[in-house]
Amino acid sequence: MSYRLPGVVQPTDRPGPPPGPAFSLGSLWYDEAVRGVAIQILVLLGVFATVAWMIANVVANFAILDKTFGFEFLWLPANYDINQTLIEYTNRDTHLRAAAVGLINTGLVAFLGIIVATVLGFLVGIFRLSENWLVSRLAYCYVEFTRNTPVLLLILLWHGIFINTLPHPRQAMTIGGATFLTNRGFYVPKPVFESGFEWVTLALAAAIVGAILVHRHVRRVREATGRQLPGGWISAALIVGLPGLTYAAVGASLSFDVPELQGFNFEGGLYLTPELVALTWALAFYTSGFIAENVRAGILAVDKGQIEASQALGLPRRRVLRLVILPQSLRVIVPPLTSQYLDLTKNSSLAIAIGYVDLVGTLGGITLNQTGREIECMMLVMLVYLAISLGISMFMNWYNRRVRLVER
Amino acid sequence: MRILSRALSGGLAAAVGLAMAVSMASAGTLDDVRQRGHLICGINTGLVGFAAPDDKGVWKGFDVDVCRAVAAAVFGDANKLRYKNLTGKTRFTALRSAEIDMLSRNTTWTFSRDVDLQLTFVGINYYDGQGFMAPKKLGVKSAGELAGASVCIQTGTTTELNLADFFRANNMKYEPVPIETNAEARTNYLAGRCDVYTTDRSGLAATRAATDNPDDHVVLPEIISKEPLGPLVRHGDDQWADIVRWSLNAMIAAEEMGVTSKNVKEMASKENKNKEVNRLLGVEELQGRERLGLSKDWAVNIIAQVGNYGEVFEKHLGKKTPIGLDRGLNAQWTDGGLIYAPPFR
Amino acid sequence: MSLPATASPTYPPGQHPDLPPPPGSAGVVGWLRANLFSSVFNTALTFVSVWLIYEFVTAAIDWFVLEAVWEAGSRVDCRKQGDGACWAVIATRVDQFVYGFYPADQRWRPVLTFVLLFPALAPVLFDRTPYRSQLLWFSLAYPALGAWLIHGGLGLPVVDTDAYGGFLLTMILGVTGIVASLPLGILLALGRQSQLLVVRVLCVTFIEVVRGVPLITLLFIASTMLNYFLPPGTNFDLLIRVLIMVTLFAAAYLAEAVRGGLQAISRGQYEAADSLGLSYWKKTWLITLPQALKIAIPGMVNVFIGLYKDSTLVVIIGLLDPLGVARAVLADAKWNGLSNETYLFIALFFFMSCFAMSRYSLWLEGRLSVGDR
Repeated sequence: MSYRLPGVVQPTDRPGPPPGPAFSLGSLWYDEAVRGVAIQILVLLGVFATVAWMIANVVANFAILDKTFGFEFLWLPANYDINQTLIEYTNRDTHLRAAAVGLINTGLVAFLGIIVATVLGFLVGIFRLSENWLVSRLAYCYVEFTRNTPVLLLILLWHGIFINTLPHPRQAMTIGGATFLTNRGFYVPKPVFESGFEWVTLALAAAIVGAILVHRHVRRVREATGRQLPGGWISAALIVGLPGLTYAAVGASLSFDVPELQGFNFEGGLYLTPELVALTWALAFYTSGFIAENVRAGILAVDKGQIEASQALGLPRRRVLRLVILPQSLRVIVPPLTSQYLDLTKNSSLAIAIGYVDLVGTLGGITLNQTGREIECMMLVMLVYLAISLGISMFMNWYNRRVRLVER
Repeated sequence: MRILSRALSGGLAAAVGLAMAVSMASAGTLDDVRQRGHLICGINTGLVGFAAPDDKGVWKGFDVDVCRAVAAAVFGDANKLRYKNLTGKTRFTALRSAEIDMLSRNTTWTFSRDVDLQLTFVGINYYDGQGFMAPKKLGVKSAGELAGASVCIQTGTTTELNLADFFRANNMKYEPVPIETNAEARTNYLAGRCDVYTTDRSGLAATRAATDNPDDHVVLPEIISKEPLGPLVRHGDDQWADIVRWSLNAMIAAEEMGVTSKNVKEMASKENKNKEVNRLLGVEELQGRERLGLSKDWAVNIIAQVGNYGEVFEKHLGKKTPIGLDRGLNAQWTDGGLIYAPPFR
Repeated sequence: MSLPATASPTYPPGQHPDLPPPPGSAGVVGWLRANLFSSVFNTALTFVSVWLIYEFVTAAIDWFVLEAVWEAGSRVDCRKQGDGACWAVIATRVDQFVYGFYPADQRWRPVLTFVLLFPALAPVLFDRTPYRSQLLWFSLAYPALGAWLIHGGLGLPVVDTDAYGGFLLTMILGVTGIVASLPLGILLALGRQSQLLVVRVLCVTFIEVVRGVPLITLLFIASTMLNYFLPPGTNFDLLIRVLIMVTLFAAAYLAEAVRGGLQAISRGQYEAADSLGLSYWKKTWLITLPQALKIAIPGMVNVFIGLYKDSTLVVIIGLLDPLGVARAVLADAKWNGLSNETYLFIALFFFMSCFAMSRYSLWLEGRLSVGDR
């Protein structure tokens, strides 16, 4: 806070260098601008010198060890197999492709983990503020346990629990005879798209566009008249109905590939390895504790008057939460959420502990061990993580700005 | 800023007082070791039978005893020894940067490690090979029946590559489940996450022994790779390589000649019929011993303090241990095995 | 009390004795009604919770206590005695879990170091500690003292870093990491706020790069490649290399916590310091930094908790932290196969210490928000 007294002249800027009698080299040191430039040049020189020194050392060390620096090894055949490949891969493919498989696996587990952690975190955060004493206590225990245990241990523990408690494929737990839960992983029916299905996809896209238009209209009506149209129901009917009708009109063009037990394992269907399931769950479990605390803090940050006012308007509890509390608390919740997402992504690199083959497992693991290219491999791994981190930061900053616009 | 951070962190670490032991790799490893007063040996972070701490926190095992033998040869005291626990990733870096004097960590002797990584394997102390273990109730008799199976692998070495080669050669599909540590791989296998577990056969035997009912599991007959394990040193110091090589050979030769930790003192104090025993135990002069810088009773110290090859095998891996391995390929050549020491002459 | 005394005219206004609360709104019943059974939904939630707790607790007690075996010579021995947890493995190896392979006759040194940690921490953490200003000198000397006690030299026998393990190693990593990263983190935070473009860009780059990569990649660098960046033949201890990396890692996170503190101070403080004509360092050292650090302490404690938990990752590069000791212990043929017991034991330890620290951080936050702001 600064107060301006009337009649007192405020200096608008810092006083410049004191007027010296004559120019001398020493006086330059007291000139802030000159000094700033000098410091910056010195720092820059220092950094360059260090980097040059380190590169010179690497060159000298490599000369002694008869090693070369280069990325040719990425085009050599990898010779090892990976159990979860979302893109085509055999052990005859290159190290580069193996690294890509690993990167996609990292992306998959981070993506799934973030979704699960967010849902779980919001639920627990809301439970934590529940009026029910028992529920809020349980949520409290959950939060404290997840936040105060090392994530590596949680990954090991959850993986152990998954593979020890779920049954063997031959005694698989089944949901409707089509989805199977086993300690070899989860098998779910895989949709197989046949000819004519593009019409259904098109219909779905149209339905989504329609739903967005309905939503806009509902909002306009509400803002103009205060009337609440049943927009949710109309949208739901659109999204379910339009593709459904098209599906019926074109004729059965979608079938499901149902997993079946053959020999040692199930064949067919969509297969989720237990490592993916356990890692996703453990990461989400760990992170959800932190998110729950963020959510709680965000909700508590909403002015009590807001809640009381909305209750006074006669809004039901669920609407109060959805229309009044959450939109306002999101502004508090989102910034720390970003760093939770980043942490989750980085923690996914612990996958190697339980045998989920991610980027660190391929490029930073088996490839590194086989080719002995420590510097190259680790450099690439770090660059990729850096890129992912920056990507998530940028996305969340964009979202954050959007949420902020709500502020009036 | 980075220079500052480096200087600061480096300076702080030094100020905190932990030994900033900047040592230069020099030609004379033996001199370095003597001057230091103890040998530094790289071992596993924990592998049943080969390196594990006992209840008192003393590292014991088949690989550890090779280190102890070298310490006994150099110092006359098998306990003048420090261990560095190394992972599959860090072991060669540690050896090449002179962080350790020798490596005895179930390391397979391969062409590329010997030539490309510039390491000297001084011998073979265990002939191993990659195999498979499966639950008996699965009814699998041979590895050829494993099409479509989930396979747990202990990673970090050539295991994945051998496995990929084997299944490709036999034109079978499989699901690899690579896992860093033996403990986790074991958990996965026992929980039924995998149908079979693959690693070196010694590791399979150890894992099998640690199940609630070892008879429920069978080790399949196929061996899909050769894994000759042995101690190794850096290229470029032949004197040191010779010391480690002949320390191992002394243990092997002692078994062949019937010298044990019990009778070694007695045999060393008198003239024996077998001239080679005399030379080994310093009763007669062994030509060139001084060149290695070893004392006359170097082999006596090894055998008295550590034991001969057979004793060490029985103590850590043999029938009386929970692991219960046969000598198999690791029997003396006189018993039809591959263990064979060049003559002491 | 100014209740309108309409209920009973026999009392003068304001003198009516308190009536008992309506039945069912106080005491056990009232509490239950308000907190557990206030609505149908709430009641359902309560029953689900009770069922969950019952299932979990009975199974846990069975395994943890009732069926557990506390004394045995080996895993096989354990299984003969009961089906629950085999705590014998912890009981036999507890020394290794605590000290690693620190020589038995020297163990008073880490113990003393640990005990001294509290008088060293107290004046830093609690501002009402008696003799605070004198004790602060002790806090300043503590890192050197602790390092000397643990490592030896100058009269004490030297204990090599390979012998450090178990929870001792966790403490070394955590405490050294935070102490060494504190000055660096503060410098980075100041650099990030600097007017000088080069300094600012370098600091931001460093902070973002370190925060953008997983700790495990930094540890891999420490274990396999750091030597390449140093003159040929240089070789220093793995633990030191790891400590350097951990310090850099913690510094980046700490810098962000301190930056939060610097930004939370009102602009007036900066302007007032400027108007007094203080130089940059005087302004920082005397005015802004002390206030910023005070605000940043809860955030810094959280960084420390994170670092402390992340120290378990060193097992992946072969250091014998509690998880590494567990791995080594399980490699003993006698105990092979008891991973659940060891993991849970370690988890319990971490939970207790982290929980205590997070309580402290909460308490501090509470104090700061009601106290001097």
